[in-house]
Amino acid sequence: METQTLQTNENHDELPPPVGLFEEHWILFKRKKSALYSFVFLGAFFLLALLGKVFTEWVVLFDPEAVRLSQKFKAPFSSFDPGIIPDEDAPLFGIYLLGTDELGRDVFARMLEGTFVSLTIGFVAVGISVTVGIFMGGLAGFYGRVKIWFLTVDTLITGIINIMLCIPTFFLILAVVALLPPSIYNIMIVIGLTSWMSTALFVRAEFLSIREQDYVIAARSQSIPEWRIIFIHMVPNAIAPVLVSATLGVATAILTESSLSYLGLGVQPPDATWGNILADGKTFIFDAPWLTFIPGFTILFVVLAFNLFGEGLREAINPKLRKHVN
Amino acid sequence: MKEFILKKIGARLVLLFFVSILCHSIVHIAPGEPSLVDPSNPRMKPEDIQRLRDAFHLDDPLYAQYLYWIRDLATGELRSFKDNQPVFQKIWDRFLNSLPLFLISTFITWCLAFPVGVQAALRRGSVFDHTSTFLSYALISIPGFFLSYIVIIFMVKTFNVPATGIRTFGLEDSSWLFQSMDRIWHLTIPGLMAALAGVAWLSRFVKSSMLEVLHQDYIRTARAKGLPEDAVIYKHGLRNALLPFITMFGLMIPGLIGGSVIFETVFNWPGIGRLGYDAIMARDFPVTLTLNFFAAVLVLTGTLVSEILYAVVDPRIKL
Repeated sequence: METQTLQTNENHDELPPPVGLFEEHWILFKRKKSALYSFVFLGAFFLLALLGKVFTEWVVLFDPEAVRLSQKFKAPFSSFDPGIIPDEDAPLFGIYLLGTDELGRDVFARMLEGTFVSLTIGFVAVGISVTVGIFMGGLAGFYGRVKIWFLTVDTLITGIINIMLCIPTFFLILAVVALLPPSIYNIMIVIGLTSWMSTALFVRAEFLSIREQDYVIAARSQSIPEWRIIFIHMVPNAIAPVLVSATLGVATAILTESSLSYLGLGVQPPDATWGNILADGKTFIFDAPWLTFIPGFTILFVVLAFNLFGEGLREAINPKLRKHVN
Repeated sequence: MKEFILKKIGARLVLLFFVSILCHSIVHIAPGEPSLVDPSNPRMKPEDIQRLRDAFHLDDPLYAQYLYWIRDLATGELRSFKDNQPVFQKIWDRFLNSLPLFLISTFITWCLAFPVGVQAALRRGSVFDHTSTFLSYALISIPGFFLSYIVIIFMVKTFNVPATGIRTFGLEDSSWLFQSMDRIWHLTIPGLMAALAGVAWLSRFVKSSMLEVLHQDYIRTARAKGLPEDAVIYKHGLRNALLPFITMFGLMIPGLIGGSVIFETVFNWPGIGRLGYDAIMARDFPVTLTLNFFAAVLVLTGTLVSEILYAVVDPRIKL
């Protein structure tokens, strides 16, 4: 549709209306169908996560913690069988949409609860890593030449980044998670604090080139405070590659959480995440395959959507890749 | 050249020193101690615990513990807290188990990723390109252990391949031929699974690198000269597209230690990742620290090797 409007504008003898930077990226992004569909899919999933939070915690339509031992390992779509179970523990409409697990808990309710928790882990972890990354990278890029004692800030920060890159990430996460008391916040923080290095390197490289640009020099000549130059003028111009790596980072964080759950170090019960539903379900893969396949494929689809979305974003904002696309 | 290499090595030694300090602090400052792993054991009396603490120097200040560790590391006297075995021997035994898995999976990865990536780049926009790209995204998006379970169920039912362990019990007395065949047979699924993620990742990289090269002027020149298409693609194109993979080769060395914990747990493979996991869980500080130290050494060696190779191969880089 956008190309049509552009053409009609060309037919008139006037300049086309200025297309904003965001709009231009959006047009390029829409061209790649897989990325667009992933975007829509992810949007739907965020809605689902919010609804899940509402309906499992505040207005309890689906109770993820109700244990019905007489109704364990019911296949998906099997109906509720009122025996000795009190009526308030019955699932909505009397149907187990996705079956029940080894304790007779409703898998659909647990998946709904897990959607919110898993996505939160992904986003908070990436939020932490992006914040730290922008801070460290910005410091190295902007104040890189300042000397502390005999080292420059740049040497110091690239040194820290190199040190972090030397330690195998999953080992570090394991070591810290195994030693700390298990909690959802520790996992977010640990994943976040072990994955900020690539963001920092991106921001540093961008800042080094932006620092010499005319608009930054102009801003400086007007004696605009430095924090304003950094956050209002420079960060928005350096944010594009960070956005891409953040999108891919959410995918990695969700996968890391499921790996930790597999080793028994993830989010502890009774809290449900996709990872620990999958890790608990694998024991019953022959008796109750849905306990493995439902969370497994959910993780696959969501992580895949994040990856495809991130890749579309990368192509939309990177002019070098765009040349090949056209 | 010599000066260049010496400078790089010097910078890396400084880095290694800081890495060892950081690892040591993380492991020691975090809560949990080797003497507290088994609190319910009724035979552990307070004086036993105190004896353990004395033996492991746990009451000394941190810098003293660090110095003890470095001293033992340098003299090779380092012993595990858990079973008092020499740490180097433990790591070496596990390393010998991990090595075949690493070699096989690297071999499969490189043999599959290059043809797939090059073909996808040449037939851009074809069904093959779309399928391989989508598949490679799917493979890096699936949790490794979930995919492993699916593959195990499928492979064991169809081909009767062993899914766990590194050898069949009771074959110790048979001839070396049968033993080695048995070992290779056990490598099938783990090697394949460890390779799949690598193939997905590397083939996309090959594709983008190849695409980059195919748009260069010298390719157009080669075509304009009337060279046969194969010569254009494989002699002029692929050779230049291969440059970034020299870096990759160095960076793959650390994969020997990290990143294999999950696969080794799924397949019950007594490798290095498993050793590290067990050591972390048992608060076996010497093994954990030494493994981390070796991992850092591998990373640094890997980047050093790749930098030197790159400088040797690509004349545009000045030393």
